Amino acid sequence: MATERLTAISDDAEARPATRRWAPGRRLLAHFALVVVTLVMLYPLVWMVASSFKPTDEIFSQPGLIPRHFEPSNYAEGWKGVSTAFSIFVENSLFISVAAIIGNVFSCSLAAFAFARLNFIGRRIAYATMLVTLMLPTHVTLVPQYILFNKLGWVNTFYPLFVPHFFAVDAFFVLLMVQFIRSLPKELDEAARLDGCSPWKIYRHIVFPLLRPALVTTVIFTFIWTYNDFFKQLIYLNDVELFTVPLGLRQFLDSTGDSSWGPMLAMSTLALVPPLVLFVTFQRRIVDGVATSGLKG
Amino acid sequence: MAVAFPAMRGGRRTRYQNGWALLFLAPWLIGFLAFTAGPMLMSLYLAFTKYDLLTAPKWIGWGNFGRMFGDDPLFLQSLKVTAIYVVVGTPLSLAFALAVAVVLNRGLRGLDFYRSAIYLPSLFGGSVAIAVLWRKVFNGDGLVNQILALVGITGPSWISEPHTALGTLIALEVWQFGAPMVIFLAGLRQIPREFYEAAQVDGASRYRQFWSITMPLLSPIVFFNLTLQLIRSFQAFAPAFIISDGSGGPADSTLFYSLYLYQEGFVNFDMGYAAAMAWMLVLLAGAVVAVNFLFGRYWVHYGD
Repeated sequence: MATERLTAISDDAEARPATRRWAPGRRLLAHFALVVVTLVMLYPLVWMVASSFKPTDEIFSQPGLIPRHFEPSNYAEGWKGVSTAFSIFVENSLFISVAAIIGNVFSCSLAAFAFARLNFIGRRIAYATMLVTLMLPTHVTLVPQYILFNKLGWVNTFYPLFVPHFFAVDAFFVLLMVQFIRSLPKELDEAARLDGCSPWKIYRHIVFPLLRPALVTTVIFTFIWTYNDFFKQLIYLNDVELFTVPLGLRQFLDSTGDSSWGPMLAMSTLALVPPLVLFVTFQRRIVDGVATSGLKG
Repeated sequence: MAVAFPAMRGGRRTRYQNGWALLFLAPWLIGFLAFTAGPMLMSLYLAFTKYDLLTAPKWIGWGNFGRMFGDDPLFLQSLKVTAIYVVVGTPLSLAFALAVAVVLNRGLRGLDFYRSAIYLPSLFGGSVAIAVLWRKVFNGDGLVNQILALVGITGPSWISEPHTALGTLIALEVWQFGAPMVIFLAGLRQIPREFYEAAQVDGASRYRQFWSITMPLLSPIVFFNLTLQLIRSFQAFAPAFIISDGSGGPADSTLFYSLYLYQEGFVNFDMGYAAAMAWMLVLLAGAVVAVNFLFGRYWVHYGD
């Protein structure tokens, strides 16, 4: 599988670049092309940040980046929100994301340990089943899940948004951790076994601590995916008090129309800050994580 | 597992490990049954019923499927919109991703910067904030038209014209070509430099080197990216929802499959029809991925 082939290369990628150099003239041309591409990629984002500091009428009339009238009040007004303070949305989003992270870290690592290190009846079938769930479009379970959560009285609560994560539903991270555990030397846990450690102790004291790099990747991507998710939050949350950042932004769009783009863009800019901070902090890990496993933002 | 739990021998060892495995797998097993397998069976059943959440599901046989292809122009429209999105957007973003990756692979200074900057839009993915930004960028008096005005062109109101609205969403997808690019870059680094050196000695042009060395050796990665991107595009939702205010407008031109599914299931509470649509999506996406695998045989080369 392509995933495995890719895993092998990332580590020494920097040490042994399989690259050919350009002739000087061509190198300049390459840089020029790349700068143009980078500008096109970043300009909309920069424009959003710049516009969030402009009065609304200036956003519409003036393409330049530097605001003529610096308007930081967009942020104050946006933060106040339409009917509910934006800070509530941020709190709700953070709560759901952190809960999902805790769930994924524990449930996925437990399953991964069993798949990678225990020899049990039906392992192959169970593992294959897990891999198949990776390919399923989420829609196929959407309607019955909604009905289930509705019967449980969980619609319009946070439970549907994080409880499934405590049951290793993100097969992707299980796979990631299985591959990581397989790369750990078996001698470590064999030695522990000889000393009479139970599988639980091996998991708890040897594998789990060593798993940290894979866990960090899980934490980062669980955060970004949960935080950015819109579909499930839209379906399950009705009360404004429970709204998350994406729903809050959408509410903004609905109730104010095109008249208050300043506060709207200010809050959109703010909404991108948490993933951005993660990206800046863990740049290498995120980019390598994407390269080795095909994780998507 | 030669030395596995040596204190436990033979059958006891297996039973010992079976017990532990069951403990470790319990969360996953419960999750699989309760949130995946169970719901799948349930949705298969619902696909053949009419169900509005309030009254009991009513069995209507193939009725939902007949309605899809017989008398639901909106369903066919959503299929068409998604097909255009997938067929135009996916190759475009992969082509950009590959082209930029090839240039970046030449050991240029500032590689890390370019790579990160180009990846950044992909990081935000289908977030609402980006969809809001996109709506503003392609608005009648948005960024795109402001730039066009500089060269004397009066652009249309992209998001409210039926024939350009879908294009803005495709542009958004293509803008996020950073993720496949990073995967291509990793793949390109795997190709031994000696191959190119040998080809150069033989006098092969760069063009020839690309098609005779790079493409065949990279084909598994192209295949991998293509499969990922297809699955992803089939499920696109948030941008279309935000740009059209949840309606799929103007004139249903951005009525994505998943948007229509949402409307039927969670606005009209026609859960049976939504379940049937979900299964149809599984079949369609499955078929496309299967065709991809089938044809992959002819152009994907596994060297080892």
